[in-house]
Amino acid sequence: MTATESRVADAVTRAPGWLARLGGSGGAGRRPRGDWPWAYLMIAPTGLGLAVFYLWPVVQTVYFSFTEWGAFGGHTWVGFANYTTLFQDPAVGQALRNTFVYSGLVLLGVPLSIVLAVLLNTPKLRGVSVYRTLYFLPVVTMPAAVAMLWRWIYNGDYGLLNYGLSLFGVDGPYWVSDGRVVLYAMAVVGVWTLIGYNAVIFLAGLQGIPQHYYEAAAIDGAGRVRQFFSITLPLLSPSIFFVTVLTVIGSLQMFDLIYMMMDRGNPALTDNRTIVYLFYEAAFVDNRRGYAACIAVVLLAVILTLTVVQFRLQKKWVHYE
Amino acid sequence: MLRRRVLAGLFTAALLATAGCSGSGDSGGDVTLTYGVWDKNQVPAMEKIATEFTKAHPTVKVKVELTPNKEYWTKLQTAVTGGSAPDVFWMNAPRFGLYASSGVLAPMDSKADLSKYPKSLVDTYNWQGRQYALPKDFDTIGLWYNKALFDAAGVKYPDETWTWETLTEAAKKLTDPAKGQFGIAAPAYSQENYYNTIFQSGGTVVSADRKKSGYEDPATVKGLQFWVDLINRHKVSPTVKQMSDTEPTQLFTSGKVAMMYGGSWEAVGFAKDDALKGKIDVAVLPRGDKRAVVIHGLGNVVYAKSKHPKEALEFATFLGSEQAHRIQAETGTVIPAYEGTQATWVGAMPQYQLKAFLDELPYAVAYPISKNTAGWADQERKLLPLAWDGSRDLPGVAKELATAMNAALAKE
Repeated sequence: MTATESRVADAVTRAPGWLARLGGSGGAGRRPRGDWPWAYLMIAPTGLGLAVFYLWPVVQTVYFSFTEWGAFGGHTWVGFANYTTLFQDPAVGQALRNTFVYSGLVLLGVPLSIVLAVLLNTPKLRGVSVYRTLYFLPVVTMPAAVAMLWRWIYNGDYGLLNYGLSLFGVDGPYWVSDGRVVLYAMAVVGVWTLIGYNAVIFLAGLQGIPQHYYEAAAIDGAGRVRQFFSITLPLLSPSIFFVTVLTVIGSLQMFDLIYMMMDRGNPALTDNRTIVYLFYEAAFVDNRRGYAACIAVVLLAVILTLTVVQFRLQKKWVHYE
Repeated sequence: MLRRRVLAGLFTAALLATAGCSGSGDSGGDVTLTYGVWDKNQVPAMEKIATEFTKAHPTVKVKVELTPNKEYWTKLQTAVTGGSAPDVFWMNAPRFGLYASSGVLAPMDSKADLSKYPKSLVDTYNWQGRQYALPKDFDTIGLWYNKALFDAAGVKYPDETWTWETLTEAAKKLTDPAKGQFGIAAPAYSQENYYNTIFQSGGTVVSADRKKSGYEDPATVKGLQFWVDLINRHKVSPTVKQMSDTEPTQLFTSGKVAMMYGGSWEAVGFAKDDALKGKIDVAVLPRGDKRAVVIHGLGNVVYAKSKHPKEALEFATFLGSEQAHRIQAETGTVIPAYEGTQATWVGAMPQYQLKAFLDELPYAVAYPISKNTAGWADQERKLLPLAWDGSRDLPGVAKELATAMNAALAKE
């Protein structure tokens, strides 16, 4: 065994010790500085990957948002010109509004996921794993396939949805071609794809709630509904917070559904674009890369602000055990 | 020492990666060219042409590189930016201006006889007096019609005497709301639909010097109005919403519309559909104020930074040869551009009067382009459907489109 190798073995055997100290418990005791390089080496692959593939592009994008690009590389510094254009572009305001509406609608799916998770958590439910699989399927289905499926369902003339409505004498609209309903139609698909994923997180949260709380509540005479609001909901709040943050971040970046479900010549497309769709058009259709970077930076700022606000607010309603 | 071993390992990996990127064997004088294409159906023909080329040039091999259409341009643009595009690749008219003006393409200074190809195609690939591509193939638009529906309604089949009025009258007779059947599909598609009628009414899309939009011209608006009227005034076409939910081609093949303007490229797909057997055919476009049809075709271009410029040019020239075009014709997928090879294509599907697509050649108008066509074509796609939909009036939309397009053209 070489000297280095023995040090690795040493570091590994001592790892629990310094991990504990990292956590802040213990407090006293010698800090083995010699181990730190190894700790960094261990996280280096992930750390480098993050830096190279996530952080560096962010820095680059911010830089590019102040430039104008040729179609094949080569850029010139234009200062705040892109931002000036952006804040005067009516399409941007409209796209932001559309994105927020979509995001708000998709958030309505969070309570649905909680209800679903509670139902799936029912003890002695028969075939529970079948249900869980069914609800999770949309999550692992390719977005392209999801879009195809929903296009059939939503088809104004031959779609399943309008056929169902016609049985009740309702003449359904062209769901993905009518500007008045298309965002709602998209949001339904968004909720449908997310509900299984969110429910799984809630399910994990539910199973972490100790059973004896419920027993104590039952003895005190609390019914199922009271138990849900006084025990389940508060103790599930960390999961709810997590899911809400993720849903907001994800839904603000909505692009694929529009791209896949609305074709050329769709009269509803112009007024229902989201902010990422606008970004796509600028970058890959119109060849305005600098402007596209600028849109991306604005979106980053919006998401960042909303996330910070959410983290601030969580102190008021999230209960950690 | 572990550290040294790790470093050595990383180094090897890095070296391998570099080698992997640039590994187009230059050894022993043999050259391998890459040829970028996007249509899977044409790969066999392209490979056959490549084999024929290698027979004549034993030291040069050609690798056909397929990228599906949806990613082709994004990938190509990235490859060009990184300096690693294929040596020879397919080009279309709307993208040509951008590539030619950026110095990405090598001029085709070959001895090929340009008079052997339709003139409008040759002109399409000419940038500031220099030729950058030999035409590969072309497509024109025809009036596809459903014979069964015509027979049932007792309407005479379309022929070269038809005008816009004849078409409208026939479409009225072929429309039957009770059955959900329409006379014609009138989508807001540029190449298949409104470009043709714009040229037929004497309008333009973009001025000859490519600096000004043609959408302010009343003649242009007349060409657009034709389609809007078919939907909203005569009600002989499905609405735009219906057609964006179910594509016109699908409505046509399922017998829901009796006529559609469609490209010569539709023939292969229609021929494969057993349900359509003996039911459909094609005719030349009805005339407006005059006869016109939009013609578009691909070209084979040479990458300016190719490592083997001489061989790449030779291959591109061979791709434009009569022999190569004959190989393309046999597959029936596209109309070859070389004079005299089109008969093979017409003969490939005798059930249709494909000759109609060639009869239109004398009055064919080149697909309208500018340096950055995508910049304003996108505006057409976004604005015109609003007029087709009836949610906004056409003259207003055309005016807004002209303004947006002029702004885009001014930036070129």
